[in-house]
Amino acid sequence: MLGIALLVFREVLEAALIVTIVAAATRGVPRRAAFIGGGIALGVAGAIIVAVCMGFIEGSLGGIGQEVFDAAVLLAAVGMLGWHVTWMSSHGKEMVQQMHRVTDSVKAGSSSIALLLAVVALAVLREGSEIVLFLYGMAAGGAGKLGFFSGVPLGLAGGIAVGFGLYFGLLRIPIRYFFSATNWMLVVLAAGLASSAAGFLIQANLLPAWGNQLWDTSWLLANGSLVGQAVHILTGYEARPAGMQLVFWVVTFVVLAAGMGVISRRVRVKPSSRHVSEGTAAVTRGT
Amino acid sequence: MRRLILSMIVVLAGAGAATSALAGAMPEYKLVLQDHKFAPATLKVPANTKFRVLVTNRNAVPSEFESSDFNREKIVLPDSTVTVFIGPLAKGTYKFFDDFHQATTGVLVVE
Repeated sequence: MLGIALLVFREVLEAALIVTIVAAATRGVPRRAAFIGGGIALGVAGAIIVAVCMGFIEGSLGGIGQEVFDAAVLLAAVGMLGWHVTWMSSHGKEMVQQMHRVTDSVKAGSSSIALLLAVVALAVLREGSEIVLFLYGMAAGGAGKLGFFSGVPLGLAGGIAVGFGLYFGLLRIPIRYFFSATNWMLVVLAAGLASSAAGFLIQANLLPAWGNQLWDTSWLLANGSLVGQAVHILTGYEARPAGMQLVFWVVTFVVLAAGMGVISRRVRVKPSSRHVSEGTAAVTRGT
Repeated sequence: MRRLILSMIVVLAGAGAATSALAGAMPEYKLVLQDHKFAPATLKVPANTKFRVLVTNRNAVPSEFESSDFNREKIVLPDSTVTVFIGPLAKGTYKFFDDFHQATTGVLVVE
Protein backbone atom coordinates (compact mmCIF):
# COMPACT_ATOMS: atom_id res chain seq x y z
CA MET A 1 0.00 0.00 0.00
CA LEU A 2 2.77 2.41 0.95
CA GLY A 3 4.57 1.74 -2.32
CA ILE A 4 1.45 2.58 -4.31
CA ALA A 5 0.78 5.67 -2.19
CA LEU A 6 4.35 6.91 -2.57
CA LEU A 7 4.53 6.57 -6.36
CA VAL A 8 1.10 8.17 -6.84
CA PHE A 9 2.14 10.92 -4.42
CA ARG A 10 5.37 11.67 -6.29
CA GLU A 11 3.72 11.86 -9.71
CA VAL A 12 0.75 13.85 -8.42
CA LEU A 13 3.13 16.20 -6.62
CA GLU A 14 4.93 17.04 -9.86
CA ALA A 15 1.70 17.93 -11.65
CA ALA A 16 0.24 19.63 -8.56
CA LEU A 17 3.19 22.01 -8.22
CA ILE A 18 2.80 23.17 -11.81
CA VAL A 19 -0.99 23.50 -11.49
CA THR A 20 -0.48 25.48 -8.27
CA ILE A 21 1.81 28.06 -9.85
CA VAL A 22 -0.58 28.41 -12.79
CA ALA A 23 -3.49 28.81 -10.36
CA ALA A 24 -1.65 31.52 -8.46
CA ALA A 25 -0.58 33.27 -11.67
CA THR A 26 -4.20 33.45 -12.85
CA ARG A 27 -5.52 34.84 -9.57
CA GLY A 28 -8.44 37.18 -10.24
CA VAL A 29 -9.12 35.87 -13.72
CA PRO A 30 -12.81 35.17 -14.26
CA ARG A 31 -13.83 31.50 -14.57
CA ARG A 32 -10.33 30.51 -13.56
CA ALA A 33 -11.52 27.44 -11.66
CA ALA A 34 -13.34 26.20 -14.77
CA PHE A 35 -10.19 26.67 -16.86
CA ILE A 36 -7.96 24.85 -14.37
CA GLY A 37 -10.54 22.13 -13.76
CA GLY A 38 -10.93 21.73 -17.52
CA GLY A 39 -7.16 21.51 -17.92
CA ILE A 40 -6.93 18.79 -15.28
CA ALA A 41 -9.84 16.85 -16.83
CA LEU A 42 -8.27 17.08 -20.30
CA GLY A 43 -4.94 16.00 -18.80
CA VAL A 44 -6.47 12.94 -17.14
CA ALA A 45 -8.18 11.93 -20.39
CA GLY A 46 -4.93 12.51 -22.26
CA ALA A 47 -2.98 10.49 -19.69
CA ILE A 48 -5.20 7.46 -20.27
CA ILE A 49 -4.85 7.81 -24.05
CA VAL A 50 -1.05 8.16 -23.79
CA ALA A 51 -0.84 5.13 -21.48
CA VAL A 52 -2.91 3.05 -23.91
CA CYS A 53 -0.79 4.21 -26.86
CA MET A 54 2.53 3.81 -25.01
CA GLY A 55 3.43 0.74 -27.05
CA PHE A 56 3.08 2.76 -30.24
CA ILE A 57 4.92 5.79 -28.83
CA GLU A 58 7.73 3.58 -27.53
CA GLY A 59 8.20 1.82 -30.85
CA SER A 60 7.95 4.86 -33.10
CA LEU A 61 10.85 6.91 -34.54
CA GLY A 62 13.19 3.96 -34.31
CA GLY A 63 12.75 3.44 -30.57
CA ILE A 64 13.16 7.01 -29.39
CA GLY A 65 9.48 7.95 -29.67
CA GLN A 66 9.09 8.17 -25.90
CA GLU A 67 11.87 10.73 -25.50
CA VAL A 68 10.72 12.79 -28.49
CA PHE A 69 7.15 12.74 -27.19
CA ASP A 70 8.25 13.85 -23.70
CA ALA A 71 10.47 16.57 -25.10
CA ALA A 72 7.72 17.81 -27.45
CA VAL A 73 5.20 17.98 -24.59
CA LEU A 74 7.70 19.85 -22.41
CA LEU A 75 8.72 22.29 -25.14
CA ALA A 76 5.07 22.97 -26.02
CA ALA A 77 4.50 23.86 -22.36
CA VAL A 78 7.57 26.12 -22.44
CA GLY A 79 6.19 27.95 -25.50
CA MET A 80 2.81 28.46 -23.87
CA LEU A 81 4.33 29.67 -20.61
CA GLY A 82 6.54 32.05 -22.60
CA TRP A 83 3.58 33.51 -24.41
CA HIS A 84 1.66 33.89 -21.17
CA VAL A 85 4.38 35.69 -19.22
CA THR A 86 5.02 38.17 -22.01
CA TRP A 87 1.27 38.81 -22.26
CA MET A 88 0.93 39.05 -18.49
CA SER A 89 3.69 41.63 -18.16
CA SER A 90 1.61 43.97 -20.29
CA HIS A 91 -1.62 43.34 -18.39
CA GLY A 92 -0.52 42.34 -14.91
CA LYS A 93 -0.44 45.88 -13.60
CA GLU A 94 -4.02 46.53 -14.71
CA MET A 95 -5.06 43.30 -13.05
CA VAL A 96 -3.55 44.46 -9.78
CA GLN A 97 -5.20 47.86 -10.00
CA GLN A 98 -8.60 46.50 -10.91
CA MET A 99 -8.73 43.28 -8.95
CA HIS A 100 -12.08 44.22 -7.46
CA ARG A 101 -13.91 44.05 -10.74
CA VAL A 102 -13.87 41.97 -13.85
CA THR A 103 -11.74 43.83 -16.34
CA ASP A 104 -12.08 43.84 -20.09
CA SER A 105 -8.37 43.39 -20.53
CA VAL A 106 -8.46 40.18 -18.54
CA LYS A 107 -11.40 38.95 -20.57
CA ALA A 108 -9.54 39.86 -23.74
CA GLY A 109 -6.61 37.85 -22.42
CA SER A 110 -8.61 34.65 -22.20
CA SER A 111 -6.60 33.33 -25.13
CA SER A 112 -3.57 33.48 -22.86
CA ILE A 113 -5.54 31.77 -20.09
CA ALA A 114 -6.47 29.05 -22.57
CA LEU A 115 -2.76 28.48 -23.10
CA LEU A 116 -2.32 28.01 -19.37
CA LEU A 117 -5.19 25.52 -19.45
CA ALA A 118 -3.11 23.62 -21.99
CA VAL A 119 -0.06 23.83 -19.71
CA VAL A 120 -2.10 22.31 -16.87
CA ALA A 121 -3.40 19.61 -19.22
CA LEU A 122 0.12 18.76 -20.44
CA ALA A 123 1.51 18.58 -16.90
CA VAL A 124 -1.28 16.26 -15.78
CA LEU A 125 -0.98 14.20 -18.97
CA ARG A 126 2.75 13.58 -18.55
CA GLU A 127 2.68 12.55 -14.91
CA GLY A 128 -0.77 10.95 -15.16
CA SER A 129 0.23 8.53 -17.91
CA GLU A 130 2.94 7.14 -15.62
CA ILE A 131 0.39 6.68 -12.84
CA VAL A 132 -1.97 4.89 -15.23
CA LEU A 133 0.74 2.47 -16.43
CA PHE A 134 1.93 1.88 -12.88
CA LEU A 135 -1.56 1.19 -11.56
CA TYR A 136 -2.33 -1.04 -14.53
CA GLY A 137 0.77 -3.03 -13.65
CA MET A 138 -0.19 -3.18 -9.99
CA ALA A 139 -3.69 -4.38 -10.87
CA ALA A 140 -2.39 -6.96 -13.35
CA GLY A 141 0.28 -8.04 -10.86
CA GLY A 142 -2.42 -8.81 -8.32
CA ALA A 143 -1.95 -6.02 -5.79
CA GLY A 144 -4.53 -6.34 -3.06
CA LYS A 145 -7.72 -4.34 -3.20
CA LEU A 146 -6.87 -2.83 0.16
CA GLY A 147 -3.53 -1.54 -1.06
CA PHE A 148 -5.20 -0.10 -4.12
CA PHE A 149 -8.14 1.61 -2.52
CA SER A 150 -6.11 3.05 0.32
CA GLY A 151 -2.84 3.72 -1.51
CA VAL A 152 -4.22 5.63 -4.48
CA PRO A 153 -6.42 8.08 -2.51
CA LEU A 154 -3.64 8.54 0.05
CA GLY A 155 -1.06 9.44 -2.61
CA LEU A 156 -3.53 11.62 -4.48
CA ALA A 157 -4.57 13.48 -1.34
CA GLY A 158 -0.96 13.97 -0.26
CA GLY A 159 0.09 15.45 -3.59
CA ILE A 160 -2.92 17.74 -3.76
CA ALA A 161 -2.38 18.84 -0.14
CA VAL A 162 1.17 19.96 -0.90
CA GLY A 163 -0.17 21.87 -3.91
CA PHE A 164 -2.73 23.67 -1.78
CA GLY A 165 -0.11 24.35 0.87
CA LEU A 166 2.10 26.05 -1.72
CA TYR A 167 -0.91 27.95 -3.08
CA PHE A 168 -1.89 29.44 0.27
CA GLY A 169 1.76 30.19 0.93
CA LEU A 170 1.93 32.13 -2.33
CA LEU A 171 -1.24 34.07 -1.43
CA ARG A 172 0.70 35.62 1.44
CA ILE A 173 2.85 37.54 -1.02
CA PRO A 174 1.73 41.19 -0.93
CA ILE A 175 -0.51 41.96 -3.89
CA ARG A 176 1.89 44.65 -5.18
CA TYR A 177 4.53 42.02 -5.82
CA PHE A 178 2.19 39.11 -6.37
CA PHE A 179 2.04 38.93 -10.17
CA SER A 180 5.69 39.74 -10.69
CA ALA A 181 6.49 36.96 -8.21
CA THR A 182 4.24 34.40 -9.94
CA ASN A 183 5.51 35.55 -13.34
CA TRP A 184 9.10 34.95 -12.31
CA MET A 185 8.07 31.56 -10.95
CA LEU A 186 6.56 30.77 -14.36
CA VAL A 187 9.79 31.87 -16.08
CA VAL A 188 11.91 29.65 -13.82
CA LEU A 189 9.41 26.80 -14.26
CA ALA A 190 9.60 27.17 -18.05
CA ALA A 191 13.41 27.22 -17.96
CA GLY A 192 13.36 24.01 -15.88
CA LEU A 193 10.96 22.29 -18.29
CA ALA A 194 13.21 23.28 -21.21
CA SER A 195 16.18 21.77 -19.38
CA SER A 196 14.21 18.53 -18.82
CA ALA A 197 13.32 18.48 -22.52
CA ALA A 198 17.03 18.77 -23.34
CA GLY A 199 17.64 15.85 -20.97
CA PHE A 200 15.23 13.64 -22.94
CA LEU A 201 16.79 14.64 -26.26
CA ILE A 202 20.24 13.77 -24.86
CA GLN A 203 18.86 10.43 -23.64
CA ALA A 204 17.60 9.78 -27.19
CA ASN A 205 21.05 10.68 -28.55
CA LEU A 206 19.51 13.52 -30.59
CA LEU A 207 21.48 16.23 -28.81
CA PRO A 208 25.09 16.19 -27.59
CA ALA A 209 25.38 16.43 -23.80
CA TRP A 210 28.13 19.05 -23.88
CA GLY A 211 29.54 17.73 -20.64
CA ASN A 212 27.50 14.92 -19.15
CA GLN A 213 27.89 15.86 -15.49
CA LEU A 214 28.84 19.50 -15.26
CA TRP A 215 28.87 19.32 -11.48
CA ASP A 216 27.64 17.02 -8.74
CA THR A 217 25.62 18.48 -5.88
CA SER A 218 23.84 15.24 -5.01
CA TRP A 219 25.55 15.35 -1.59
CA LEU A 220 23.64 18.58 -0.95
CA LEU A 221 20.30 17.80 -2.60
CA ALA A 222 19.73 14.53 -4.46
CA ASN A 223 17.18 14.37 -7.25
CA GLY A 224 15.89 11.11 -5.83
CA SER A 225 14.76 12.75 -2.59
CA LEU A 226 11.29 14.26 -2.29
CA VAL A 227 12.63 17.77 -1.70
CA GLY A 228 15.05 17.36 -4.60
CA GLN A 229 12.18 16.27 -6.79
CA ALA A 230 10.00 19.23 -5.81
CA VAL A 231 12.85 21.67 -6.42
CA HIS A 232 13.50 19.93 -9.73
CA ILE A 233 9.92 20.53 -10.88
CA LEU A 234 9.81 24.15 -9.70
CA THR A 235 13.24 25.19 -11.00
CA GLY A 236 14.65 22.37 -13.14
CA TYR A 237 17.30 21.62 -10.50
CA GLU A 238 19.57 18.72 -11.42
CA ALA A 239 22.22 17.41 -9.05
CA ARG A 240 24.28 16.34 -12.07
CA PRO A 241 23.23 18.46 -15.03
CA ALA A 242 24.45 18.10 -18.59
CA GLY A 243 25.96 21.17 -20.23
CA MET A 244 23.20 21.17 -22.85
CA GLN A 245 20.55 21.26 -20.12
CA LEU A 246 22.21 24.32 -18.63
CA VAL A 247 22.24 25.95 -22.08
CA PHE A 248 18.49 25.27 -22.51
CA TRP A 249 17.79 26.61 -19.01
CA VAL A 250 19.77 29.82 -19.47
CA VAL A 251 18.50 30.53 -23.01
CA THR A 252 14.87 30.03 -21.97
CA PHE A 253 15.32 32.16 -18.88
CA VAL A 254 17.05 34.99 -20.75
CA VAL A 255 14.58 34.98 -23.66
CA LEU A 256 11.51 35.03 -21.40
CA ALA A 257 12.97 37.57 -19.00
CA ALA A 258 13.91 39.80 -21.94
CA GLY A 259 10.45 39.34 -23.46
CA MET A 260 8.83 40.38 -20.19
CA GLY A 261 11.15 43.37 -19.85
CA VAL A 262 10.67 44.62 -23.42
CA ILE A 263 6.89 44.31 -23.32
CA SER A 264 6.42 45.95 -19.95
CA ARG A 265 8.72 48.82 -21.00
CA ARG A 266 6.70 49.33 -24.16
CA VAL A 267 3.51 49.42 -22.12
CA ARG A 268 5.01 52.00 -19.80
CA VAL A 269 6.19 54.22 -22.67
CA LYS A 270 2.84 54.38 -24.41
CA PRO A 271 0.20 54.52 -21.70
CA SER A 272 -2.06 56.87 -23.68
CA SER A 273 -2.21 54.76 -26.82
CA ARG A 274 -3.09 51.77 -24.70
CA HIS A 275 -6.05 53.57 -23.19
CA VAL A 276 -7.19 54.65 -26.65
CA SER A 277 -7.06 51.15 -28.01
CA GLU A 278 -8.91 49.84 -25.00
CA GLY A 279 -11.55 52.49 -25.45
CA THR A 280 -11.94 51.57 -29.08
CA ALA A 281 -12.21 47.93 -28.16
CA ALA A 282 -14.93 48.71 -25.65
CA VAL A 283 -16.84 50.73 -28.25
CA THR A 284 -16.54 47.97 -30.80
CA ARG A 285 -17.82 45.46 -28.30
CA GLY A 286 -20.65 47.77 -27.34
CA THR A 287 -22.06 47.95 -30.84
CA MET B 1 1.96 25.62 -33.37
CA ARG B 2 0.95 22.13 -34.44
CA ARG B 3 2.82 22.48 -37.71
CA LEU B 4 5.86 23.70 -35.81
CA ILE B 5 5.78 20.68 -33.48
CA LEU B 6 5.23 18.30 -36.41
CA SER B 7 8.13 19.71 -38.37
CA MET B 8 10.24 19.56 -35.23
CA ILE B 9 9.43 15.87 -34.86
CA VAL B 10 10.34 15.25 -38.51
CA VAL B 11 13.67 17.02 -38.05
CA LEU B 12 14.34 15.11 -34.85
CA ALA B 13 13.46 11.82 -36.51
CA GLY B 14 15.90 12.63 -39.30
CA ALA B 15 18.57 13.50 -36.78
CA GLY B 16 17.71 10.28 -34.96
CA ALA B 17 18.23 8.22 -38.10
CA ALA B 18 21.56 9.98 -38.67
CA THR B 19 22.79 9.48 -35.13
CA SER B 20 21.62 5.87 -34.92
CA ALA B 21 23.74 5.20 -38.00
CA LEU B 22 26.67 6.70 -36.14
CA ALA B 23 25.71 4.80 -33.02
CA GLY B 24 26.68 1.58 -34.70
CA ALA B 25 30.17 1.82 -33.26
CA MET B 26 28.88 2.55 -29.76
CA PRO B 27 29.35 -0.11 -27.06
CA GLU B 28 26.11 -1.89 -26.34
CA TYR B 29 24.95 -3.63 -23.18
CA LYS B 30 21.88 -5.66 -22.34
CA LEU B 31 19.76 -5.56 -19.22
CA VAL B 32 16.85 -7.91 -18.66
CA LEU B 33 14.06 -7.40 -16.17
CA GLN B 34 12.74 -10.76 -15.10
CA ASP B 35 10.91 -11.77 -11.94
CA HIS B 36 11.38 -8.15 -10.86
CA LYS B 37 15.16 -8.43 -10.86
CA PHE B 38 17.74 -6.85 -13.14
CA ALA B 39 20.01 -9.32 -14.93
CA PRO B 40 22.83 -8.58 -14.59
CA ALA B 41 22.33 -6.67 -11.35
CA THR B 42 25.78 -5.15 -11.78
CA LEU B 43 26.69 -3.80 -15.18
CA LYS B 44 30.31 -2.85 -15.87
CA VAL B 45 30.95 -0.14 -18.45
CA PRO B 46 34.04 1.87 -19.49
CA ALA B 47 34.57 5.39 -18.18
CA ASN B 48 34.33 8.48 -20.40
CA THR B 49 32.59 6.54 -23.16
CA LYS B 50 29.09 6.93 -24.49
CA PHE B 51 27.22 3.64 -24.64
CA ARG B 52 23.73 2.30 -24.99
CA VAL B 53 21.80 -0.14 -22.91
CA LEU B 54 19.03 -2.30 -24.30
CA VAL B 55 16.54 -2.88 -21.50
CA THR B 56 14.17 -5.79 -22.00
CA ASN B 57 11.14 -6.29 -19.78
CA ARG B 58 10.18 -9.96 -19.37
CA ASN B 59 7.73 -9.22 -16.57
CA ALA B 60 4.01 -9.22 -17.27
CA VAL B 61 3.65 -5.60 -16.15
CA PRO B 62 5.11 -2.23 -17.24
CA SER B 63 8.33 -0.97 -15.68
CA GLU B 64 10.25 2.27 -15.75
CA PHE B 65 14.01 2.03 -16.05
CA GLU B 66 15.23 4.99 -14.04
CA SER B 67 18.33 6.46 -12.45
CA SER B 68 18.68 9.72 -10.62
CA ASP B 69 22.44 9.08 -10.51
CA PHE B 70 22.86 9.26 -14.28
CA ASN B 71 19.59 11.09 -15.08
CA ARG B 72 17.67 8.62 -17.16
CA GLU B 73 14.06 7.45 -17.18
CA LYS B 74 12.25 5.37 -19.72
CA ILE B 75 9.13 3.25 -19.58
CA VAL B 76 9.55 -0.38 -20.65
CA LEU B 77 6.34 -2.20 -21.48
CA PRO B 78 5.98 -5.97 -20.95
CA ASP B 79 7.72 -8.06 -23.64
CA SER B 80 9.46 -5.10 -25.18
CA THR B 81 12.98 -3.69 -25.41
CA VAL B 82 13.98 -0.05 -25.24
CA THR B 83 17.28 1.65 -26.00
CA VAL B 84 18.74 4.12 -23.52
CA PHE B 85 21.83 6.15 -24.38
CA ILE B 86 24.04 6.81 -21.35
CA GLY B 87 27.27 8.63 -20.65
CA PRO B 88 30.06 9.43 -21.04
CA LEU B 89 30.30 8.95 -17.27
CA ALA B 90 33.12 9.51 -14.81
CA LYS B 91 34.45 6.52 -12.83
CA GLY B 92 32.24 5.43 -9.97
CA THR B 93 29.12 3.45 -9.14
CA TYR B 94 25.68 4.60 -10.21
CA LYS B 95 22.41 3.16 -8.96
CA PHE B 96 19.46 2.45 -11.21
CA PHE B 97 16.03 1.06 -10.40
CA ASP B 98 12.58 0.18 -11.66
CA ASP B 99 10.52 3.21 -10.70
CA PHE B 100 7.33 1.15 -10.68
CA HIS B 101 8.84 -1.51 -8.39
CA GLN B 102 11.28 0.29 -6.14
CA ALA B 103 12.72 -2.91 -4.68
CA THR B 104 14.12 -3.77 -8.13
CA THR B 105 17.55 -2.16 -8.26
CA GLY B 106 20.87 -2.52 -10.03
CA VAL B 107 24.26 -0.86 -10.13
CA LEU B 108 26.25 0.56 -12.99
CA VAL B 109 29.97 0.26 -12.31
CA VAL B 110 31.95 2.70 -14.43
CA GLU B 111 35.65 1.88 -14.49
